[in-house]
Amino acid sequence: MIGYFARKLGTYVLAFFLGATIDWGIPRLMPGNPVQIYVAKFQLQSPGAWEALNKLFTKAFGLNVPVWKQYLNFWNGVIHWNFGVSYTQFPEPVSHVIFSAVPYTLALLVPAITLSYVLGNRVGAMAARRKALDNTILPVGYFFQAMPYAWLALAMAFFLGAYYRWFPIGGAYAQGMVPNASWSFVWSLISHWFLPFMTVFLVSFGGWAIGMRNLVIYELETDYSRYLRSLGASERLVRRYAYRNAVLPQLSGLALQLGVVIGGNIVTEVVFNYPGLGNLIFKAISGEDYFLLQGIFLFIIVGVCIANFLIDIIYVLVDPRTRLSMQGAQA
Amino acid sequence: MTKRTRAVRLGTAFTAAALVAPLINMASSASAGAQATYPRNETLYTSGTAYNPPNNFNPNDLGSLYTGTAGLLYEPLFLYDPIHNKYIPWLAKSGGWQGTNYVIHVRSGVQWVASPSGAVKGALTGADVAFSINLAKNNAADPWNANVSTVQGVSVSGDTVTVHFSKTPAYTSWQDFLWNAPILPASTWSKLSTTDQLTTANTSPVATGPMLLASTTNTQACFSVNPHWWGTAQLGLKFRFKYLCDEENSTNNQELSQLLATNIDWSNNFLPGISALVNGALGGNSGYGIKTYYPTKPYMLSANTVWLDLNTTKAPMNNANFRQAVAHAINTQQIESSVYAGTVQVASPVGLLPSLKSYVNNSVQSKYGFKYSPALAKQFLKKSGYKGQKLTLEVPNGWTDWMAGIDVIAQDLNAIGIHVTPTYPQYATRESDLINGTYDMALDNNAGIDATPWSYFQRIYNLPILKQQSATLNWARYTDKTAWSLVQQAATVPLSNTAKLKSIYSQLEQRFLQSLPVIPLWYNGAWFQGQTKYWTNYPSSTSPTDQYTPIMWHGWLGAMTTIYALANLKPA
Repeated sequence: MIGYFARKLGTYVLAFFLGATIDWGIPRLMPGNPVQIYVAKFQLQSPGAWEALNKLFTKAFGLNVPVWKQYLNFWNGVIHWNFGVSYTQFPEPVSHVIFSAVPYTLALLVPAITLSYVLGNRVGAMAARRKALDNTILPVGYFFQAMPYAWLALAMAFFLGAYYRWFPIGGAYAQGMVPNASWSFVWSLISHWFLPFMTVFLVSFGGWAIGMRNLVIYELETDYSRYLRSLGASERLVRRYAYRNAVLPQLSGLALQLGVVIGGNIVTEVVFNYPGLGNLIFKAISGEDYFLLQGIFLFIIVGVCIANFLIDIIYVLVDPRTRLSMQGAQA
Repeated sequence: MTKRTRAVRLGTAFTAAALVAPLINMASSASAGAQATYPRNETLYTSGTAYNPPNNFNPNDLGSLYTGTAGLLYEPLFLYDPIHNKYIPWLAKSGGWQGTNYVIHVRSGVQWVASPSGAVKGALTGADVAFSINLAKNNAADPWNANVSTVQGVSVSGDTVTVHFSKTPAYTSWQDFLWNAPILPASTWSKLSTTDQLTTANTSPVATGPMLLASTTNTQACFSVNPHWWGTAQLGLKFRFKYLCDEENSTNNQELSQLLATNIDWSNNFLPGISALVNGALGGNSGYGIKTYYPTKPYMLSANTVWLDLNTTKAPMNNANFRQAVAHAINTQQIESSVYAGTVQVASPVGLLPSLKSYVNNSVQSKYGFKYSPALAKQFLKKSGYKGQKLTLEVPNGWTDWMAGIDVIAQDLNAIGIHVTPTYPQYATRESDLINGTYDMALDNNAGIDATPWSYFQRIYNLPILKQQSATLNWARYTDKTAWSLVQQAATVPLSNTAKLKSIYSQLEQRFLQSLPVIPLWYNGAWFQGQTKYWTNYPSSTSPTDQYTPIMWHGWLGAMTTIYALANLKPA
């Protein structure tokens, strides 16, 4: 078992190293020079002053050293949790900028992913055995699953936000509020959170429900299910076995889906102007904010690696065959 | 406990934890002394100026400073009123030339006040003014360095500051310093290193302005009225709101919905179709209570000139006949009506903003100026030696009005036989193209509002042309040595010598119209929308007294008459 996890861990460390290196490289391949853009905002009318300012800010951003040194500085920074200074929010350190946005993204993603997974699987499994549910949930599931995040977000914002005005549609809490520990602030947080959460939740929910419904139907038709039935096992018992088998591909799917959900979360946050990492990525790209982009993606890479590792562990727990095979390997 | 209930409980716990996380995080970052909620009827909400969260209040970091840093916190010596073309003494009580010396009498009764506490840190003195001038002079990276290039020294006697210039002072640049550069507190600012003076975030500013920085969040900065502000006692300016909160910009549709939902009172965003909401063209629905500076066309004051830059280092753009052909082929009137629905004005051929019309020589303009005429354009094109090259015309992606504008331009140019494709690269790519001269044609609006035509012509003719035209000068890369020496000459003429200045500018206008290094298209508006649900009495062209600049953008709030406009607002 230790060998299994060590192997997995090794893979993730390698993935992290490669991911972080690409993460460092890609912004530098983007067209345009960010310091040039930054200094252009001064609208200077003197080339001499431009030269002096350009030098000052190139140094302030640590870009006055050769590229290989920038790469080493990057890893040194990663170890010390220092990702440099943001261009677009100068002189704020990137780590501060990211940490002020992370809670909002977690508040959207963690419940949206877990609830859509749990509920989607349950509802999908139920749909597999009830005709009425199958005829209603399935089309609705397809509808949401095929929906681009941005489109669903806009539709939600239009109908529930602008037209019926049930929910506010911009920011994380009411403007004019300064975050404080009061019920009115918490309520404001929840009401602003609801629509972006529902957007991410519904699209994922549809996907899980459809997948589970198909898998359970498949499992109910397999030989072991027929054999169980022929032994006289109750339909409930057969379904429980079918469910436990069907959940395994879904679990692998969850690991694969994480990246897609994070991508969808970016557009959702932009539509609702929700101040999480997605919104920050959008701003960092349009502002050519190297360090901020690097920092956010690094954060996401770490997050996805950890989440995948956790799923690996859960997989071992829910699938006795993995455990058995590992024991077999040991013996 | 069954597995199902365990899963559900786990999910619920996750949800709760994830929801509470931002609360804990944010509560800890709320600054002391800030309001938990700013009362709606005591707060003016503004937007349309900031594109990043409020975390920089350094008046010298023009790349990152948040709205209000100049104007609400730091103040200049004078203000400039572009509507009535006059200067208003601000931190200077008066100022004027005595030979090649400029003598400033510093206003008394002005206090340096710390934010957010409101503690008084001493009075403004002549030494602070001298310090600010020397700061700009002694650091080449200071954004005001070029403005004080001919300053030789500064002497202080009590509240009188004498600035000594070289034999030929750069009058125009110095004048721009007077109404743009912030005066800084020598006592706190001198403690910073020269780098920090330009790069510190300055989140606890000590300033003289009408407001104090009260609190910041990820998306807004709130200011409270400064009880020690000199303007209340000396000019009778009193704000009827207690707080001013400026919201960070999001997308155009978000901004429009916030304005219509009366969450924003004062918007400086470009909002497509706003004229329809103002004049009730939408089926007579004028119930939105939105005011603009002009009640009818053009709705907005003019803020800057949009030019069509032609890269004159490349054929066929290097041919004057080709540039004339382009100028004659574009139907800017159509852009004004179809793209902007009347919220901009078509530029004059010279392109100087309406506030500088006294400098325009009308006879030169009518003799050499271009107008929309496809027939004439074709004649010029024939003479231009254009060989059917495929050209591109670029604007930054996401600037929707400009994107629609160049679609019209490309159609017009293709109609006379010039093959032009509109392209929409990212802002940074487009900026880099223009700086490095790797483009064919592009739009730019570097030529912003100013008190004289000097910076307008400097931006067109500045020489020498560098490999990277990084300062926003001469992006067309056009070489006209005579014109450039005329611009340099204009810089050294006292602003009081209007006859001489007009003669120089008139020569420049003629050269400009004959060669068209850039083509003036339209005047971008000084976008302003006032929501009347909570606050009224916004500046208006129809008011005999309340004609002030309703703009919070950097370069306006701390330099023009926006403070007067704010002080005139009344509760609805």
